[in-house]
Amino acid sequence: MPSVKPIMAPLTDDLVRELRVGDEVEISGEVYVARDAAHKRFAAALDKGEALPFEIRDQVLYYMGPTPAPEGRPIGSAGPTTAGRIDPYTPRLLALGLRGMIGKGNRSPAVREAMQTYHAVYFVAIGGAGALLARYITASEVVAYAELGAEAVRRLRVAQFPAIVANDMYGGDLFESGKQQYRRTIPERAEA
Amino acid sequence: MRELDTRDITQAVSRLCIEATRYLPADVLTALQAAEVAEVSPLGKRILGKIVENAQIARDEGMPLCQDTGITVVFLEVGQDVHLTGGGLTDAVNEGVRRGYADGLLRKSVVDHPFSARLNTQDNTPAVIHTEIVPGDRLKITVMPKGGGCENMSYFQMLTPAAGRAGAIDFIVNCVDRSGANPCPPVIVGVGVGGSADKAMALAKHALLRPVGAPNPDADTAELEHELLARINALGIGPIGVGGTTTALAVHVETFPCHIASLPVAVNLQCHSARTKSVEL
Repeated sequence: MPSVKPIMAPLTDDLVRELRVGDEVEISGEVYVARDAAHKRFAAALDKGEALPFEIRDQVLYYMGPTPAPEGRPIGSAGPTTAGRIDPYTPRLLALGLRGMIGKGNRSPAVREAMQTYHAVYFVAIGGAGALLARYITASEVVAYAELGAEAVRRLRVAQFPAIVANDMYGGDLFESGKQQYRRTIPERAEA
Repeated sequence: MRELDTRDITQAVSRLCIEATRYLPADVLTALQAAEVAEVSPLGKRILGKIVENAQIARDEGMPLCQDTGITVVFLEVGQDVHLTGGGLTDAVNEGVRRGYADGLLRKSVVDHPFSARLNTQDNTPAVIHTEIVPGDRLKITVMPKGGGCENMSYFQMLTPAAGRAGAIDFIVNCVDRSGANPCPPVIVGVGVGGSADKAMALAKHALLRPVGAPNPDADTAELEHELLARINALGIGPIGVGGTTTALAVHVETFPCHIASLPVAVNLQCHSARTKSVEL
């Protein structure tokens, strides 16, 4: 098993410079949660010249909408959602200093380019492993848009949350490089 | 004629919603464990191990396998000798969804209007209900909580008869390729070929109900499934899209006769959290 890098969130520019595609990390500290509906409100707030509900500089956004927390636990099942749906909103947030994102699935060329321009990193977490990932979340608090329910903005405390660097600030893309490594051409009719 | 109280249907649907979202079916778990052994990518192998571990945690802790507990797709096979009493069938199913999603602490992921206000209905209703009248005096209910990430990766194309088998294969493989990491691979690929546009997509969805990897009883179709699986696993997408030899656990193809002018092909992807649960009343 390769070494796993422990990292602290919020991130720093120096840390982002060190991270490379394929690095396995364990994230500890504080991350914010937002998905589709919250991003739509972020954009509306910025359009009106209003501030975002939290200071986004150097923060990590986790694209996630949890199940309700069982009695005595901070959160329910809590795995990543598809990051690609958030892409239209992301370059603007990166320009404001957003430093990291956790989600599942590929990012658009525009987002990858903005990550290079503004020095940010995108981590992929295991989609569909919500029961497992909930174990690494030690506290959860709704900080904005409570009326959105599962889509509200939350602040989480995470401890050794496992993720993999999927896009780094150098233009690397794990989805592309991983696919190329294992892609094969096979004859039209497969051998039985 | 056998009488069946729709309140029993409500109770059954409620229980199925909770159990489907917590307990990964044995055939899916077995397929994932086999994939963990077979996967060539070391990272892909570890990810598959974590997915198996997630299923164990969900079962042991009574937690949903995935936070996306889906839009609730309900398949009803109603025996023609069943007489339903005690209220409407659709209402009974939706009441079951309402109770299951509340009692099971499942995420409510349904909005009322698709392009306008998009207000959450707060109880995951309405369910998507497929009803079929069949011989007999039993009623079979299957609940499939279908996640948005994989349902978004759905495709349909009217091919020309000239495109034929090869054209269908190219289309289906391309659908999985362009879906990339989004549908949470390894996926189960549901394919419907034939019928009309609506029929083809219904077939693709029904194909997902088959035990993972069980071949179509028709030899030609089973051979197509085999070839498609090989082609799809050669794409290199791998577990969660980070590269590997396991992009799909299985390809299930269902067919239906079609018009002389048509070759409809529908693709409906199922993520690795392939949750279904059935009961017969």
